Amino acid sequence: MSATPKSVAPARPEATDYLTVETSIRSWLLPTDHKRIGLLFLCATTAMLVLGGLLAMTMRLELLTPESDLVDPLTYDRLFTLHGVIMVWLFMIPAIPSGFGNFFVPLMLGAREIAFPRLNLASFWIYVLGGAIVLGGLVAGGADTGWTFYPPYSTSSSPTAVVPILIGVFVLGISSTITGLNFIVTVHALRVRGLTWLRMPLFVWSIYATSIILVLATPVLAMALALIAIDAAFGFGIFDPALGGDPILYQHLFWFYSHPAVYIMVLPAMGVISELISTYSRKPVFGYHFVAFSSLAIAVLGFLVWGHHLFVSGQSLYAGLVFSFLSYFVAIPSAIKVFNWTATLYKGSITYHTPMLYAFGFIGLFTIGGLTGLFLAALGIDVHVTDTYFVVAHFHYIMVGGTIMAYLGGMHYWWPKMTGRMYPEGWARLSALVIFLGFNLTFFPQFILGYLGMPRRYHAYPEEFQVLNVLSTAGASVLAAGYLMPMIYFIWSLRYGKIAPANPWGATGLEWKTASPPPLHNFDETPVVTHEAYDYTTVMGEEIEVG
Amino acid sequence: MADHAHAETLALRVQFDTAEQQKDASTLGMWIFLITEIMFFGGMFAAYTVYRTWYPTVFAVASTSLNAPIGAANTCILLFSSFTMVMAVRAGQLGQQRMIVFFLVLTLLFGFAFLGVKAVEWKEKFDEHHIPGQAEFHLEGLPATQQATAQLFFSLYFAMTGLHAAHMVIGAGILIFLIVHARKGRYSADYYTPVDVAGLYWHFVDIIWIFLFPLLYLIDRHLGK
Amino acid sequence: MSGVSSDLLAALGRAARRLLFLPPQGSTSAVAIDRLHVLEISVMTTLALAIAIATVAFVWRFHRSRRPGRTPRIVAPRWLEIVVYGGILSFFLAIWWIGVRQYLRFGEAPAGALEVYVTAKQWMWKFGYPDGLTSAGVLYVPAGRPVKLLLTSRDVIHSFYVPDFRIKRDALPGRYTGIWFEALGPGRHDVLCAEMCGTGHSRMRAEVRVLTPRDFEAWRTGGAASRDASRATMVERGRATAIRHGCLQCHTLDGTPATGPTWQGLFGRPVELADGRTLRADEAYLTRSMMDPAAEVVHGFAPIMPSYRGQLAPSETAALVELIKSLRERSNLGGERP
Repeated sequence: MSATPKSVAPARPEATDYLTVETSIRSWLLPTDHKRIGLLFLCATTAMLVLGGLLAMTMRLELLTPESDLVDPLTYDRLFTLHGVIMVWLFMIPAIPSGFGNFFVPLMLGAREIAFPRLNLASFWIYVLGGAIVLGGLVAGGADTGWTFYPPYSTSSSPTAVVPILIGVFVLGISSTITGLNFIVTVHALRVRGLTWLRMPLFVWSIYATSIILVLATPVLAMALALIAIDAAFGFGIFDPALGGDPILYQHLFWFYSHPAVYIMVLPAMGVISELISTYSRKPVFGYHFVAFSSLAIAVLGFLVWGHHLFVSGQSLYAGLVFSFLSYFVAIPSAIKVFNWTATLYKGSITYHTPMLYAFGFIGLFTIGGLTGLFLAALGIDVHVTDTYFVVAHFHYIMVGGTIMAYLGGMHYWWPKMTGRMYPEGWARLSALVIFLGFNLTFFPQFILGYLGMPRRYHAYPEEFQVLNVLSTAGASVLAAGYLMPMIYFIWSLRYGKIAPANPWGATGLEWKTASPPPLHNFDETPVVTHEAYDYTTVMGEEIEVG
Repeated sequence: MADHAHAETLALRVQFDTAEQQKDASTLGMWIFLITEIMFFGGMFAAYTVYRTWYPTVFAVASTSLNAPIGAANTCILLFSSFTMVMAVRAGQLGQQRMIVFFLVLTLLFGFAFLGVKAVEWKEKFDEHHIPGQAEFHLEGLPATQQATAQLFFSLYFAMTGLHAAHMVIGAGILIFLIVHARKGRYSADYYTPVDVAGLYWHFVDIIWIFLFPLLYLIDRHLGK
Repeated sequence: MSGVSSDLLAALGRAARRLLFLPPQGSTSAVAIDRLHVLEISVMTTLALAIAIATVAFVWRFHRSRRPGRTPRIVAPRWLEIVVYGGILSFFLAIWWIGVRQYLRFGEAPAGALEVYVTAKQWMWKFGYPDGLTSAGVLYVPAGRPVKLLLTSRDVIHSFYVPDFRIKRDALPGRYTGIWFEALGPGRHDVLCAEMCGTGHSRMRAEVRVLTPRDFEAWRTGGAASRDASRATMVERGRATAIRHGCLQCHTLDGTPATGPTWQGLFGRPVELADGRTLRADEAYLTRSMMDPAAEVVHGFAPIMPSYRGQLAPSETAALVELIKSLRERSNLGGERP
């Protein structure tokens, strides 16, 4: 980057930060400030998390008994479909990249803004539009196909209105593609002087890798959904076997997106965990290069394993072997991260702040989630457990145990920076503990249910599965209580929390070099980076020269 | 953020240090967008490839029902529009503001001509009942057992040309936006990035058609006769 | 000696199965797959425990109260990272290799398997036997003999799942997929649908009733089974279907050369294709030839056959395949019982 250093931001009046610089409603609805857009995304995605959670809770209550008594079968099918659609596309995929990514990537790069602020705003409103269409579809009757929309069920047999949901997800795809594009350009063009690629924080690396996936995979999903919507709406037969179409082709297109999408959901979470582990053990992340490049490796390898979702679909034996082989490879970059995080703790100076507790939770649960994924990569075992509760438990360990843990960890870690207030540490630790216990009580029994052979998407089940289902529902209640606590004390802290200093954790990132909350264009004086990321060995917290 | 409309012509936005950096960012952004578009159409080309290999004869017969001379004429129109688009960018580089407007208007007219011809072709298909999913669908030259598969060809035909046409319509919208701004003298030799990146988009849409035309109209056409 | 060790292995397998909450082992494949499962879970648990122990130890040992102030900068030696991850990867690939051998073994049904056509529809399973017997909701099979299932669906995608056998395979409309098992002993086992197929998905159940070979013979010949109204065997129905759909205009049943390949002796024979590949004419190939004839044209024949996708009902396809099988040559019979 050949930019000459200069400070274009004028000296700001005392105590105006990005929250108070403008207060009109219009300035909050149509902001181009990346921090405000990040906040809007965080609010919207949290609301979706609550909605998706309520749907899940209703399902868990229905599953208390083997018979269908609380809701009728069709309602149950709609519940799990919308739970999936909302959690995947309205919460998981945008939450960390569009929320924390928007807020912190420019800060971590020392930039004043993201590359295309108005496009960024468009991304948010397209997200809202997509969400509105999905929720409108919910009011119109919802879909009952599962979030995978497999034809021919979705195109010719479903009694529900699938098309609005498909359109909604298509629109959401546009939003996340735009966000990915914006991050790639921002990382390429807007790194501050001295911030070379290998000095970037690992969170930025993970968002960069995620953006590559967003940009390459999402359009394929968009096309698959567009074709299936055309099939369903106009009676075309692109995936309809009665007209010579091939439903398996849809599954290939869908998983070509949706397996990489798993990494869209978990890579940013891994980036957050790298930040947390380093900060609270006061050490640079062990094997920085390996961790950074493992993100890119995941982004690339993630595109080569989609076929492992089709082991029982009758795809060729040899395709199955190759996809199984590659699936073992894609586990290695994740293993690199877990081992290197653990090694980072060695000879560190560790504290138990709430974000660190979430980081520990992430490592434990993600390890279980990842290792059970290897059972699914083994062909013979996959045949038994695929499409059962084992798979449900596996990806919830990754998505909830991984991504939501990192989401909450990041929320606590960056709360002082975003709001200028501290959260109450005692309550926060308690809730982290409750969430961890509730999570395991909810999802561990589901592994066993899967082993015993309970298929997923069942509203009624053979009686021998009841005990485990009751346990799981009990766990879900604990988990819900755990999630409720942060919502209360975060809102409380906005008014009553202690005023946060600029760098409450003694962390090294550029985002901690500016005020809490940051001013409109992030830095009063443009920083210059002279050291590698997480450099705790030089003058603690002072290693960045202000130029 | 405060409105920077007052500096729209040189338009160095707050996040950039230099005009060059800003132009590089915009161009990189457009290239990445085009990559997403390639992946988007790629999904459909994959579907096309699968079905073409499964049903070569049906596709050959079905492609004869498309009007190749009109398709070829339309291809020429589109190629001309790409040429005028290049000229508009060139005018931007030279800072000839009136020529920018002139060539953009010409490009827009060619674009509309293409869409008009496409509309006529679609109308023909409706008149001939070559609409998939309709009970009265019938394609001459194929036995009753293959009518279902023939619909697949037309499903792909409408999906592919329809999405391409949608991109043309969006392109026309962008051109109109550029024309309005160019008339106000917003673009100069120092700042013509919007014309430049819009040009990239327009050429991309052309290239998609350059693939669609032989795939749908020409391949194995002689076999179907 | 080997008897003792295999007994021991079996006992260990049973113990592990209970520990893992796996369902009863009803088939030969279940035993083998559970063994791989136990191996994999041992390796994975070791890995997970190693991480957990290291984390807990580090967190306790290096807490800030014990180690305030600066921390050392530890650079990861590249060779160490490569050795560690190379080691883990080779572990994974060893498991992959075991899985591959197993998968290949269970991919191809042994000769002499009893063939049953499974038709799924919302929301029930129907089973058709080559000699014309049909059964709805209950799959009768003999113990100790391989059974090959040929699955298809009449509407949407379903998935045939027998937890006790550790088998699962999607039933797709317009296509046949195959899977096989060998039940260990008499008993009954649940069949569940594992692919979301509508409101009745949860209740789309059937059962496998494993009979002793003698009971199975009795069932087959006795009055317990329902036959089709016409009492026609699958082969007879195949012949009628072939006439009705005009197959015999191009294909012959007696080896006479014609527009299309003759069906006599076709089944089980290697077929040389126009594109140079050679395939064995099995059920999957025959079904594909009806649905996508242009994809695999036999060498020396013109690609003129139309697709019968959507034209043939699943039962008709099955009947045609049975007809072609009945015309196989003696030398192709292999170990098949008469």
